[in-house]
Amino acid sequence: MFTSVDDVSARLAETGYLASPAVATTVFLAARLGKPLLVEGPAGVGKTELAKAVAQVADARLVRLQCYEGVDESRALYEWNHAKQLLRISAGRGESWDETRTDIFTEEFLLPRPLLTAIRGDEPTVLLIDETDKADVEMEGLLLEVLSDFQVTVPELGTVTATRRPFGVLTSNAGRELSEALRRRCLFLHIGFPEEELERRIVRLKVPGLGAALTESVVRVVGALRAMDLRKVPSVAETIDWARTLLALGAGTLDETVVRDTLGVILKHQDDIQKAAAKLDLDAL
Amino acid sequence: MTDVGDRITGLAAALRAHGVRIGTGETVDAARAVEALGLADRERLREGLAATLLHGPGQRVLFDPVFDLYFPRGVGGPEDAPRDREALRDRLAEALAADDRAMMARLAAEAVDGLGGYGSSPGSDGWSAYQTLDRLRPQTLLARVRADVRGRDGNGGAGFADRLLDDEIRRRIEEFRRLVGAEARRRVAERRGRDEIARRGVRPTADRVDFLIANRDQLTELRRAVQPLARKLATRLAARRRRAARGTIDLRRTLRSSLSTGGVPMRPVLRRRRPVRPELVLLCDVSGSVSGFSDFTMLLVQALHDQFGKVRVFAFVNRLDEVTGLLDHGRADPDGLSARIRAEATLTGWHGSSDYGVALGEFAERYGGAVGPRTTVFVLGDARTNMSDPNLPAVRELARRARRVYWLNPEPRDRWGTGDSAAPAYAKLVEMHECRTAAQLSALIAGLLPV
Ligand SMILES: Nc1ncnc2c1ncn2[C@@H]1O[C@H](COP(=O)(O)OP(=O)(O)O)[C@@H](O)[C@H]1O
Ligand SMILES: [Mg+2]
Repeated sequence: MFTSVDDVSARLAETGYLASPAVATTVFLAARLGKPLLVEGPAGVGKTELAKAVAQVADARLVRLQCYEGVDESRALYEWNHAKQLLRISAGRGESWDETRTDIFTEEFLLPRPLLTAIRGDEPTVLLIDETDKADVEMEGLLLEVLSDFQVTVPELGTVTATRRPFGVLTSNAGRELSEALRRRCLFLHIGFPEEELERRIVRLKVPGLGAALTESVVRVVGALRAMDLRKVPSVAETIDWARTLLALGAGTLDETVVRDTLGVILKHQDDIQKAAAKLDLDAL
Repeated sequence: MTDVGDRITGLAAALRAHGVRIGTGETVDAARAVEALGLADRERLREGLAATLLHGPGQRVLFDPVFDLYFPRGVGGPEDAPRDREALRDRLAEALAADDRAMMARLAAEAVDGLGGYGSSPGSDGWSAYQTLDRLRPQTLLARVRADVRGRDGNGGAGFADRLLDDEIRRRIEEFRRLVGAEARRRVAERRGRDEIARRGVRPTADRVDFLIANRDQLTELRRAVQPLARKLATRLAARRRRAARGTIDLRRTLRSSLSTGGVPMRPVLRRRRPVRPELVLLCDVSGSVSGFSDFTMLLVQALHDQFGKVRVFAFVNRLDEVTGLLDHGRADPDGLSARIRAEATLTGWHGSSDYGVALGEFAERYGGAVGPRTTVFVLGDARTNMSDPNLPAVRELARRARRVYWLNPEPRDRWGTGDSAAPAYAKLVEMHECRTAAQLSALIAGLLPV
């Protein structure tokens, strides 16, 4: 998939994803060793975006399983289309039950969900299992099975084995500790907040009109906020939002009034805003 | 490759000694990673080994210093390093102003080499980060670096971000101090063998530091971990609660809902139990010896308060007082919590050392009503009674009235019962757990808290 770490960086950059050395190295290794990648880190640091970018450069289809509390096999793997089966049963009066039964458990009545979809199909595939920590622990067994064997058994149809193994990317905000077994199956990548230089490049790329001096100030202020003891510190997503806001406001430089008026774009909690304002010496809000 | 193989094995062994679980699968992957990446780029090698050997973010702070030992930047000291302190300070000031990390790393090596050696001839007995920093005094460069940066920008510090400058410089100096520490460890390891240094010279992560010997910085670091830890525990508790609530199949409702699918019961309807939220009472010894432990636990429980119907917290030394309200207001300022508790609650009578017997008796007498059949009680403390009567009947009564009583003891189990510790006597009446580190505490809380 990639010839070198530099190749990873260069090609991801073409799609608009700027990879840190850690990201580029680990993506390269995951592809080389054929192991799924577990990407952990706070919200808004580009975990989901990374999977999308990898799919794009690999010219692969992206199959995404979005996890949430209560997601289960029927949402993740496959489900029988009950309504359609019922229709078929009522339409088929007159035939024997055995005939009907063989008929309603066929491809036509199957609803494949992301895990099955990713395993069937011959084209290169990136399987993104997004926000894995939101799913219940019970789901992990299923994920582990799929990511180890790359095969799925549908009792009525038989076993489906991947002819081409998908490149697996699991993301987690570490809301819950994932099981040891699942972690061991994966290469581990922690994405934290980027170094200043990288973050400036991201802002320049995403908000090109902002101007060098303002971009630098934005990144410095965000860095200072991250060093504070806040309930929720700003992520890259907030940096970009803030840069866009400043551009839209036509702010030429950063001054007290501008920062005070736009702090709500970067910080989400009222007490964080107050704390930050005090530490940044802004006059009372 | 065999040398590299040895290094990987040594690195893995050192990490294991620090509690990181690494199996053979990981070491094999690590070797394949090295093969795929080559040895030319040290930072890529670091990332590649971290990706294959580690499984969680908390392990990284252990990994980095250990990696530096097994894959050192260089061997020996830098060539013809100048031993002139002032020249070093000049160059360091410049590197700090430019935020030039590569130069800072180089200067750290030169500084340890030039200023950090001790013994009859420099370095004959060892290398010390402390001595290096004491002689170089990087923290005194702040004003100079500030002026330098402002001069470079050419606007004399007019911009808004200028007010952040001091903190930014402090963080760079902190980074330099870390580099000096790493370099000194590396030099010592060359002399005494890296396996030993990797095991003993690397600080454990904050959540594995003994509460009783943690220093101020480590306690501050721990307090910062309260919110994220509480979020994790809350999710775990919620999962346990869901599992507990997942009841048996409700046949009547299953059949009723099957009417929409032509009478075929397609989806079983489960009977839901609506559990009453449990109540929690904390009795905390906040005397000097164990206050780091009880402060942290109180903050953690406070952060979890919406998991419970009711939380009441009592602090004692030799008298006992309710501090639930103080904790509520403490959310904004966790660092000031213990000072506030000591200032506003009545915790001591005519002497200053802890007295479990009197405090427990006072609890039974004044707040006995706080404990009922739905209450789980946690007692936090080392059970060191200073030779006074442990008041076992009060604990027996507490155990009888409460749903459960757990005692969390921050002392190592093999010290229970030594000296004035009444731990074994209390442990006969209520379940006592050793709880020495934040890691142990979170495991206990996740397992013991009622849902
Ligand atoms: N390294 C990066 N290069 C380009 N864009 C990035 C990078 N990191 C974050 N972003 C941007 O930040 C935003 C949040 O990213 P996202 O992938 O949704 O975060 P996460 O999945 O980690 O919560 C996106 O708009 C993304 O484009
Ligand atoms: Mg995401």
